[in-house]
Amino acid sequence: MDGFVVQFVNGLKTTVLLALVSGSLGMALGLLAAAGRLSRWRAVSAGIGFYTTIIRGVPELIIILLIYFGGTVAISAFFGRYVEVNAFLAGVVSLTVVFGAYTAEIFRGAVLSIPAGQIEAARSLGLHPWQTWLLVILPQMLRIALPALANQWISLVKETSLISIVGLTDIMRVAAIGAGSLRAPLTFYLAASALYLALTSLALVIFNLLERRFAVPGR
Amino acid sequence: MDITLLLTSTVTLASGIPLTLLLTFASLLAGFVLAVPLSFMRASSRKWLSLPVLAYTYVFRGTPLLVQLFIIYYGLGQVGAIRSSVLWVLLRDPFWCCLLAFSLNGAAYTTEIFRGGIQAVATGMIEAAQAVGMSPLQIKRRIIFPIAFRSVLPSYANEVISLVKATSLASTVTLLEITGLSRKLVSETFAPYEIFLAAGVLYLGLTFLLTGFFNALEARLNGAPRAKAHTRRVALQQVTHEL
Repeated sequence: MDGFVVQFVNGLKTTVLLALVSGSLGMALGLLAAAGRLSRWRAVSAGIGFYTTIIRGVPELIIILLIYFGGTVAISAFFGRYVEVNAFLAGVVSLTVVFGAYTAEIFRGAVLSIPAGQIEAARSLGLHPWQTWLLVILPQMLRIALPALANQWISLVKETSLISIVGLTDIMRVAAIGAGSLRAPLTFYLAASALYLALTSLALVIFNLLERRFAVPGR
Repeated sequence: MDITLLLTSTVTLASGIPLTLLLTFASLLAGFVLAVPLSFMRASSRKWLSLPVLAYTYVFRGTPLLVQLFIIYYGLGQVGAIRSSVLWVLLRDPFWCCLLAFSLNGAAYTTEIFRGGIQAVATGMIEAAQAVGMSPLQIKRRIIFPIAFRSVLPSYANEVISLVKATSLASTVTLLEITGLSRKLVSETFAPYEIFLAAGVLYLGLTFLLTGFFNALEARLNGAPRAKAHTRRVALQQVTHEL
């Protein structure tokens, strides 16, 4: 077990990095998608509606497998020889696509709950549409979206474990290797679950602090 | 992209639908049966009732389902007492391990959903039920739970949809449901696009069907507010008949 402590620390780093990178990229994608979903152009709005509906109706595992094995086929065809896609990269791409779809719906709901008077007031003050989004909509929308966003981040941390299926050496994979080599699966998977529980608890504490700091008065 | 392969693999993968649905509905039923008493315990003001349930839901909602499944499938065999017990007949079978993992995981989420509904039931309704002389169990069965269930129906529908998607993890412990079949097929043909897209289409069909069912249920339970949209559709059909 001792030799695995270092490996578990490395696995923990990989899991945290994967969650942070795909979470940040996914939130950026979600913001863009929410703005597009609310846009006046029907085609853009319908296209993004299609994206969020499809992604939320298909298991994450299928999306991960499609991107990992599909990416391997595409890149192998491009180079003319067998090239395996980096599991971390495939994980970032697939989790970003999934996280973007869920956060887009959260952000859309939050934007719609901002009173129209706020946006009209910004326009009558002569703010550019960009300024309206950045200075009026975004700050109000983010704090309304915070509780749902917290839930989504916690599911993201848990979903990173699925990337171990395509070979990423994260917490889950280290546990699987240890379980196999020392023939002590219960010990190793319990250790992994303790690490995941610590990560999700940490996320919960951070979001509770954020919620207290940015609480919406009267809600 | 090979369209013929996409279509043929959709047909092949469709043979995994019964197992996906069996896993979904069996764990849904077990999770529901577990969650109803647990949610009342969790909503209780007595600490010794609510805290153990909180510990259970916190651990099961704070760890990945994949870890829970692997603890049950690979981990429990490490305990000699379990290996030598009667339970081992079930626990060495991947199907029962999946069922156990999905039920326990689903029950944890469902408990918290129901707890929210139970705590939101207006005290006036409970007091009225007490005033007409209902016993505590009758109040729970006839007043609190129906009202709570109706108010949390949208969240419960989401939980059912995520359970359908969660059954894809059964493929990691060798079960051949939709995802398991598609992984097997990809390793034989190495045509990941067509096969995983076909699997995605099948899951999408299942989740759409369930979404439609829950929308209909919600419309029914809320006193059919969609009557208006329905008459318009009927009127349109009548016009086409006249032509």
